[in-house]
Amino acid sequence: MKKQTKDNLITYGIVIGAFVLVQLLANTGHLSSHMKGLLVPVTYYAVIAVALNLCVGILGELSIGHCGFMCVGAFSSAFFSKVTQDSIPTGPRFLLAFIIGILVAAAFGFLIGIPVLRLKGDYLAIVTLAFGEIIKNVLAAFYVGVDSKGVHFSMKSASDLGLLDDGKVIINGAMGITGSPQNSNFTIGIVVLLISLFVVQNLINSRQGRAIMAIRDNSIAAEASGINVTKYKMMAFTISAAIAGASGVLFSHNISSVTASSQYFGYNVSILVLVYVVLGGIGNIRGSVIAATILYMLPEMLRFLNKYRMLIYSIVLIVMMIVNWSPKIIEWRKRTFGKISIGRRKETA
Amino acid sequence: MKKFNKFVSAVLTSVMVASMVAGCADATSTGGGSAEGAGSDGAKVFKIGAIGPLTGGAAAYGNAVVNGAEIAVEEINAAGGINGYQIEYKKEDDECDAQKSVNAYNTLKDWGMQFLVGSTTSACSIAVSENTKADNMFQLTPSGSAVECVQYDNAFRVCFSDPSQGLASAQYIAEHKLATKIGIIYDSSDVYSTGVYQTFVDEAGRQGLEIVSSEAFTQDNNTDFTVQLQKAKDAGADLLFLPFYYKDASLVLTQASTMDYHPTIFGVDGLDGILTVENFDTSLAEGVMLLTPFAADATDDLTVNFVKKYQEKYGEVPNQFAADAYDAVYVIKAAIEKAGATPDQSVSDLCEALKGAMTQIEVAGLTSAKMTWDASGEPNKEPKAVVIKDGAYVSAD
Repeated sequence: MKKQTKDNLITYGIVIGAFVLVQLLANTGHLSSHMKGLLVPVTYYAVIAVALNLCVGILGELSIGHCGFMCVGAFSSAFFSKVTQDSIPTGPRFLLAFIIGILVAAAFGFLIGIPVLRLKGDYLAIVTLAFGEIIKNVLAAFYVGVDSKGVHFSMKSASDLGLLDDGKVIINGAMGITGSPQNSNFTIGIVVLLISLFVVQNLINSRQGRAIMAIRDNSIAAEASGINVTKYKMMAFTISAAIAGASGVLFSHNISSVTASSQYFGYNVSILVLVYVVLGGIGNIRGSVIAATILYMLPEMLRFLNKYRMLIYSIVLIVMMIVNWSPKIIEWRKRTFGKISIGRRKETA
Repeated sequence: MKKFNKFVSAVLTSVMVASMVAGCADATSTGGGSAEGAGSDGAKVFKIGAIGPLTGGAAAYGNAVVNGAEIAVEEINAAGGINGYQIEYKKEDDECDAQKSVNAYNTLKDWGMQFLVGSTTSACSIAVSENTKADNMFQLTPSGSAVECVQYDNAFRVCFSDPSQGLASAQYIAEHKLATKIGIIYDSSDVYSTGVYQTFVDEAGRQGLEIVSSEAFTQDNNTDFTVQLQKAKDAGADLLFLPFYYKDASLVLTQASTMDYHPTIFGVDGLDGILTVENFDTSLAEGVMLLTPFAADATDDLTVNFVKKYQEKYGEVPNQFAADAYDAVYVIKAAIEKAGATPDQSVSDLCEALKGAMTQIEVAGLTSAKMTWDASGEPNKEPKAVVIKDGAYVSAD
């Protein structure tokens, strides 16, 4: 078996192992409702961390607006689900919601990629930040309603929609979408996570993946070797946006009210996801999943500390970062624990 | 050797993850066990939980709610509890984030909560109501004012709903002929503000009020209001309707005064607290009218007592959020007494009992001398219009 294949199988194994363990605990009644409530958010943050790692670690472009794609995926799918809530049965509707969320996010990724990917480094990071904010703010200004005559749209207020009596307001400006069905569960979350891991890991090991990493390492050399830089950059960015969209679908179907506000889709959240990626190891897909799980659980597990928990959380974050990545500490760890290292950095290049 | 190392590291990683999940599960499962214990052997206490943003930008509101509720709980316990049973009280932080609010709710559920006072903010309250509905737990939000907060029959609220505030404001302005040309500034990124704004505009149309300018801002650009103010001034608005929170409003007033623009200012309950803003020249707030259920300097015994206790304990003047939460705990007390409920009943039975009792009780609290509820969950109480005169609230009528 090839080294790479084995590595990938280990990643799937960890995810499936965690899933089986949690299911066992849940079925034997050992899982509190607090933990159960955390499971789905963990999966969607792990999914978006994988998406961002594709962009940051494999493509080598720093994006700090990825929650914008999550936002688009969340809104488009919740819109679809709310409109068709009564007309399509749950199973196929949720599947269609996923397809819609992913396609819309991918389309936005593609459109935004066109101007953004001409830039490099810091400039690109700043523009992605701006786009993330634009998506969020534009969505917060939309009023969309549906009645028997079709879809009504306004950017002023819900009363300007001029809905008939049978109509209902779907997106209500800053109030977002409320009352969309809650279909996400842990099993679906894990399936989505596995699919996105499968897509990303196979992409990395493919011809396209090698081209993308060649661009990351030296775009001039890659271009000189006949690699179509724009095409492969767009490919990685669009796939990354699509996966972020899938995490948005999980998000909006886990919670009944979606608002395009900063605490869910702002740059703070994008940076939080970036923290998952950096802490898990840039380019290390498995690390992203583990880091997202630990870092999302941590503040919730510290609830007993009351108002000190955010302080403790920050300190733990700093300590983890040092323990994982400081060369001195890594050296010390190697001396002390032999050759076993926990935060092993996988060289993907 | 390399393969072996890889294997070892993989095993260790999975053990680490597994132990983490297992560790969490263990810790919380014991918590769950003790909660069950309290439910069965402890026909001793009622458990009330409160949720609000205790950290972050909206912390002022969440802290007011949990503090207000805490004072009420202490008072009731000191006076012998409800039907002779003491109350146990626990608060959880939601950071003004709907997902975290659901997490906080689940934490409280594991603790054994029987009644929920929360969530503090509308979006969180809506998200949590999906879960309380599923568990059939009695939910009374002190300050979740969006319509959907009480869409389920197990959810009630203490504050006015957004539409009722917009409606009442427009009717009040029309009835008292305060102005003919109205300018509005509202926060388009805020559910509360847009909710009030929409019904105000609708009702103003019916009341024959002319809205000459309506300008929006968001929480990302809430420091400079000169553009919005200039538009209102140019349009000749003689009354400015400000349906948002007092911190932003203090800036609006300051900037209006530097522009030499002095319209009548009319606000809703979010404006309550404007006199407490630091470095704000309160003389600018002279003549500001607002609809509020609570004024900290009212002279009735209940308010005086509450404000005194709150100041002693937390060192600040309580706002309407604290008052709503204080009332919420007393409302739960009244409903339990009416239903004759006991702590050994299941959460669902308690909810059913209280649902019925809520429509029959009549409570006198800080925010109204007489509050009643109907099955929709909306409170019936009169909004009070006050005007600020010499740095204090005076009844406007």
